[in-house]
Amino acid sequence: MRGLEKFLRGRFAAAAIAVLIGLLVAAIVLIAAGYDPIASFAALITGAFGRPKYITNVFIKATPILLTGVSVAFAFKTGLFNIGAEGQYILGTVLATIVGVKLNLPMPLQVPVVLLSGIAGGAALGAFVGWLKARFGIHEVITSIMCNWIAFYLCNFVVMSNTFHKPNSQSALPVNPSSYTMILGSWKKSEAGKEFLAGMPWLREVLLKTDLNAGFIIAVLVAVLISWVLTRTKLGYELRAVGFNRDAARFSGISVESNIVLSMLIAGGISGFAGALAITGTSPHTITLLAAMEGYGFNGMSVAFIAGCAPIGCIPASIMFAALIYGGMSVQQALGVPSDIINITIGTIVFFTALPGIAPYFADKIKQRREAKELANGTKAGEA
Amino acid sequence: MDSFILLLSITLMYSTPLVFGALGGVISERSGVTNIGIEGMMVIGAIAAAAGSYFTGNPWIGFLMAGICGAIVALLHAVASVSFAADQTISGVAINLLAPGIALFACRQLFEGAAMSPIAPKLPGVVHGHMSLNVTTLIALIFAAIMWFVLYKTKWGLRIRAVGEHPQAADTLGIDVYKVRYACVLISGMFAGFGGASMTIAIISQFTQTAISGHGFIAMAAVIFGKWHPFGAYGACLLFGFTQALVILLGGGDFVVPSQILSMLPYAMTIIVLVLFVGRSVAPKADGVPYVKGSR
Repeated sequence: MRGLEKFLRGRFAAAAIAVLIGLLVAAIVLIAAGYDPIASFAALITGAFGRPKYITNVFIKATPILLTGVSVAFAFKTGLFNIGAEGQYILGTVLATIVGVKLNLPMPLQVPVVLLSGIAGGAALGAFVGWLKARFGIHEVITSIMCNWIAFYLCNFVVMSNTFHKPNSQSALPVNPSSYTMILGSWKKSEAGKEFLAGMPWLREVLLKTDLNAGFIIAVLVAVLISWVLTRTKLGYELRAVGFNRDAARFSGISVESNIVLSMLIAGGISGFAGALAITGTSPHTITLLAAMEGYGFNGMSVAFIAGCAPIGCIPASIMFAALIYGGMSVQQALGVPSDIINITIGTIVFFTALPGIAPYFADKIKQRREAKELANGTKAGEA
Repeated sequence: MDSFILLLSITLMYSTPLVFGALGGVISERSGVTNIGIEGMMVIGAIAAAAGSYFTGNPWIGFLMAGICGAIVALLHAVASVSFAADQTISGVAINLLAPGIALFACRQLFEGAAMSPIAPKLPGVVHGHMSLNVTTLIALIFAAIMWFVLYKTKWGLRIRAVGEHPQAADTLGIDVYKVRYACVLISGMFAGFGGASMTIAIISQFTQTAISGHGFIAMAAVIFGKWHPFGAYGACLLFGFTQALVILLGGGDFVVPSQILSMLPYAMTIIVLVLFVGRSVAPKADGVPYVKGSR
């Protein structure tokens, strides 16, 4: 029990407890709705890790939410709440698509230009929200949500516009292939590639049946970079100082206003990057007509909170959530369980990460019980 | 004249869900608890109303169920933010993640896998001459008046405002801060639930995935714009309802502006209004700050 108590006081306890409770709630809901929770979890795990193809897809799914997670975590560390990652992501996809369709440069130039336009889109939207906060004192949560919906309708506007609409479809024109960031994208479909892969079924499945792309590696590098900026640079120090104590930061000569705008600009840029990488790295390489929010930004918030808003912690958190989301789809296919159960699980997990007192609370309980037991044993020993 | 009356009645119709949401925001924030989860509670109210009305055939039961279910979700927020002194923004966001999941799961369970409910009976309309209003519009107005009376003319209101401004002082005077905050957050959820109901069984007549799309957050903006005052919030909601009415009226005809651009109007308007007015609006002092008994 001492080990458990020590764990509960450690830094991973809150996350672990939140995940456990999330799964528990999911199990209860499943039982209440008449489904078999054990079979559902089994289907979830097979659906996420059962084949090389599935594992690859989990990493592909983890890429955008790792980046939006880092975006939310970064903003949170500087005292801002970036609920607008969703809109910044959407704007990133929109701008990457516009530039990727209109521009056709050689690949070494095209890829950076397309990615940078996505980053610029997200950064602009983030900076706008930051400016509204710095200049007018409007809470960033409300303006961010409004910007999310504006980006949402802007995306649909571009999809349906004469210039970009792909006839007889629900999507815009795909970007030029020179923008693609798939790993060995053209080689794997060439004759030589097919011949080489024929002898290696595992690699063949991973390469040919998925959109394996450089996104996850890039996203991990971004997480490391942001972590370094936050903890090891003057910029990061100033940004965190503003988040920690605005008045003290101002008193020591840090410009609070420009740091708020800068922080939201960076956070927005990271989310926009996520959108751009989704366009260059995965099919259909374009934006489609949105019927509802796709949740990349909102899932990013979940990733950030479960990671305690540590950028590096977002890496395992994003893989876990991607496995939940991707595996959840097979639960629906295999057992007919509505995949919304995954959203219930994720919502529960985030809810319990909001309760920082919960792990120490259980630790105290265990300590009390142990002390009571020791006391009882002690009295018994005394009597004997 | 007819088009003016049409514009007025659509404005009143579309502002009603916002008014309920905003009233919920006012009561919660007046007691010192930020409730970002209004949106989620409205979604829960939306499905509860549609399901309740569909299965019982009585829309009033749907309306009541929406209030009860909204309050149940609000209880989660109250436990987190009052008892556990949690980060109220994260807790509210969690509710906004959780609620659509629950709503859609319930919808698929109840209606054979569909993401929308069948057409459910609507609450009755109130027709006066050319004005056609739903009864929820009147209920919202009455609730706004009651809330103003309670907050500013009764000792209960004084207590609520004291708890929101200075919980320590209220505590020393023997007011149970936790109890007041619990009550206000629960009432807040009930109103948000009514707001969801006045979308799904008054404006449209079924639950859909996008029935509530940012309304809770527009309502929160209305709370700020309305200076945390029931009538102020009511007026702000009328303005936002008016922009939605414009979207509907202009979207119907062969208008030069594409519908997607028009749909941005309510959201853009919210930002513009906040830019113009937020500086003059002061939040309750202890809004969003957890109260821990004995701390200073």
